Amino acid sequence: MSTTQHFDAIVVGSGISGGWAAKELTEKGLKVLLLERGRNIEHIKDYVNAHKEPWDYPHRGRPTQEMQRNHPVLKRDFVLNEETYGMWANEQESPYVEKKPFDWFRGYHVGGRSLLWGRQSYRLSPLDFEANLREGIAVDWPIRYADMAPWYDYVERFAGIAGSLEGLDHLPDGQFLPPIELNIVEKDVAARIKKAFGGKRLLINSRTANITQPKPEQGRVNCQYRNKCWLGCPFGAYFSTQSSTLPAAMKTGNLTLRPFSIVSQVLYDKDKKRARGVEVIDAETNQTYEFTANVIFLNASSFNSTWILMNSATDIWPDGLGSSSGELGHNVMDHHFRVGAGGLVEGYEDKYYFGRRPAGFYIPRFRNLGDEKRSYVRGFGYQGAASRQDWNRDVAEMGVGADFKNALAEPGAWNIGMTAFGEMLPHHDNRIYLDKNVKDKWGLPVLGMDVEIRENELAMRKDMQQDAIEILEAAGVKNVGGADWGYSPGMGIHEMGTARMGRDPKTSVLNGFNQVWDAPNVFVTDGAAMTSASCVNPSLTYMAMTARAVDHAVKELKRGNLS
Amino acid sequence: MNRRELLKLIAAATGTAMIGGSALLSGCATQTPTRFSAQNIALLDEIAETILPRTDTPGAKDAQVGQFMSVFVTDCYTLDEQAIFHKGLMTFEDSCKKTYGRSFMKLQQKEREEFVNQLDRAAKADIAAGGIHYFTMIKQLTLFGFFTSEVGGTQVLRHVPIPGRFDGNMAYKVGDRGWATK
Repeated sequence: MSTTQHFDAIVVGSGISGGWAAKELTEKGLKVLLLERGRNIEHIKDYVNAHKEPWDYPHRGRPTQEMQRNHPVLKRDFVLNEETYGMWANEQESPYVEKKPFDWFRGYHVGGRSLLWGRQSYRLSPLDFEANLREGIAVDWPIRYADMAPWYDYVERFAGIAGSLEGLDHLPDGQFLPPIELNIVEKDVAARIKKAFGGKRLLINSRTANITQPKPEQGRVNCQYRNKCWLGCPFGAYFSTQSSTLPAAMKTGNLTLRPFSIVSQVLYDKDKKRARGVEVIDAETNQTYEFTANVIFLNASSFNSTWILMNSATDIWPDGLGSSSGELGHNVMDHHFRVGAGGLVEGYEDKYYFGRRPAGFYIPRFRNLGDEKRSYVRGFGYQGAASRQDWNRDVAEMGVGADFKNALAEPGAWNIGMTAFGEMLPHHDNRIYLDKNVKDKWGLPVLGMDVEIRENELAMRKDMQQDAIEILEAAGVKNVGGADWGYSPGMGIHEMGTARMGRDPKTSVLNGFNQVWDAPNVFVTDGAAMTSASCVNPSLTYMAMTARAVDHAVKELKRGNLS
Repeated sequence: MNRRELLKLIAAATGTAMIGGSALLSGCATQTPTRFSAQNIALLDEIAETILPRTDTPGAKDAQVGQFMSVFVTDCYTLDEQAIFHKGLMTFEDSCKKTYGRSFMKLQQKEREEFVNQLDRAAKADIAAGGIHYFTMIKQLTLFGFFTSEVGGTQVLRHVPIPGRFDGNMAYKVGDRGWATK
């Protein structure tokens, strides 16, 4: 064991929520150690593909057989491609067990999945925070929308969210930059949908963490409409740890960033009932270190934050810190999707577009609002876009030759498509667990996944497809077709739950400020904390929740309540 | 367009999903990979050029589509798929010689078009019946290789590396080219 170093606070994980924890803690004057299990990626300098065009890739973006052999999980979806190769966790070094199919797409590097995220940013609504209580599902959230609203304001202003004000109770407005525009077809379809459904169903601008005005104070340039966000943005035009929170934390002079640092456990002082630090395995040297701190933030991504808890204080609780509730590892959620519809929009042959948007349109939830009661609870929203067909289309009766080439060189008809993202209920039997028979490269036990979608999600999926067809047909879209491409838990890349917040230590892992009931100086503010999933993309909520928890942590530190 | 937002509604020009290492054709992968000869690549170039010829804009040969196909098939196809592709190239030449008494390389332009058109129809029929035809592979890779090449993307289609703005209501007239990327 090497010498122990002390910090005011330790943050485990440098993704979306970890970056926020580091920024907030350092700006409040704390000396912070930010631990990241993977390699460093420096803003701009290390975005190696940021300026590449399709022809700069030997396989034009498609995965090779070797890439597929290396990534048997990643290859199950679009995420395995030549452009982002090297930005996903090594599956041989870090395996996991699928008791039931689970697609776990992980980013093990500084910035985590903040470099790879979809950037869709919506607030949970009052309805979302009250749903568990009203329906008697799982446990009640210990917080309400009013608790979160000022923190949503706060993180939106800093991160920069482009969006439109709509005045909807079930999708609260925020502090928005001008929206990413809809194209002419989307605008007209939006008007037709509004008319057809009397305003009950709406097609609106997506809300996305791409800035539409520069943020010179952060050194960020507005979106350049390249649609290459996943390659890392050299303009800093979308929110990531690297573009936004890390530079802010660095500027304070209070941050120490340590890559290649795998946290194997939280060190627990049973007399004080407080964590005293963390144990770290250096991923390159395998050497073990101890770092101590007054407060610890776990932001290792939902499942890995829970994995750390499961491996901590096992001399007192065999199933780990936070397991006294019986809920640690349980209530896994994701957003179930890959179901929707699309079709052809007639006309607009004299219209096209300039620029490549990083986002399309959004159709907010409209099911089970007010008095409506479907055969399932909760709801779903749609994300989609309209565009003109490209060269990859069928040109009727044209096989090969000059006319064929010239026809494909021109854009084809307009089409429109949308995919639903549905809420998944927290269910105790949907769980992750430690599988001690399988070890990773560092000899650590790995996670097993035992998760499935159930009756409520399956019933919802029927509406997710049927409603998409109905909406598009009502808007005059032709040849509308619906589909369900099938979904395994995890594919949404929105893992949530496993260390839920609640009002009672007997049924929840965290309290209303994300503190572990059994160790109040340990905060979990990533997706693990979610008590229910809503149907909206979750990252903005992790940001707001983290800023709120840090504010509380620092106040509690000053009051002497955490030592 | 954002990856998850958009449905893959478009039927590819060949009527089937992109072939290349998916579960489409996984079987007993016991063969060893076949290498592409210079003659293979030259033949692929000529087939590709017949599918996408040079007009007042560049064609498949200008974009070195034959070379691209050899790399893509070797690296991205399963061994089973590679075997179908290589066997297909032999079938192609055999059937060409049977019909015309000459190699494809020696055919007149008109004969090349006639032969490739006939293959295209046969391949479409096979795909429609749920089968697979080597010509579908060649045609897919020709289209993919050409329109994602620098020549195809910038001289046949249009490309602006840094648009800097978005206009969702741009005027379009017939003959204007499509964008190379979404």
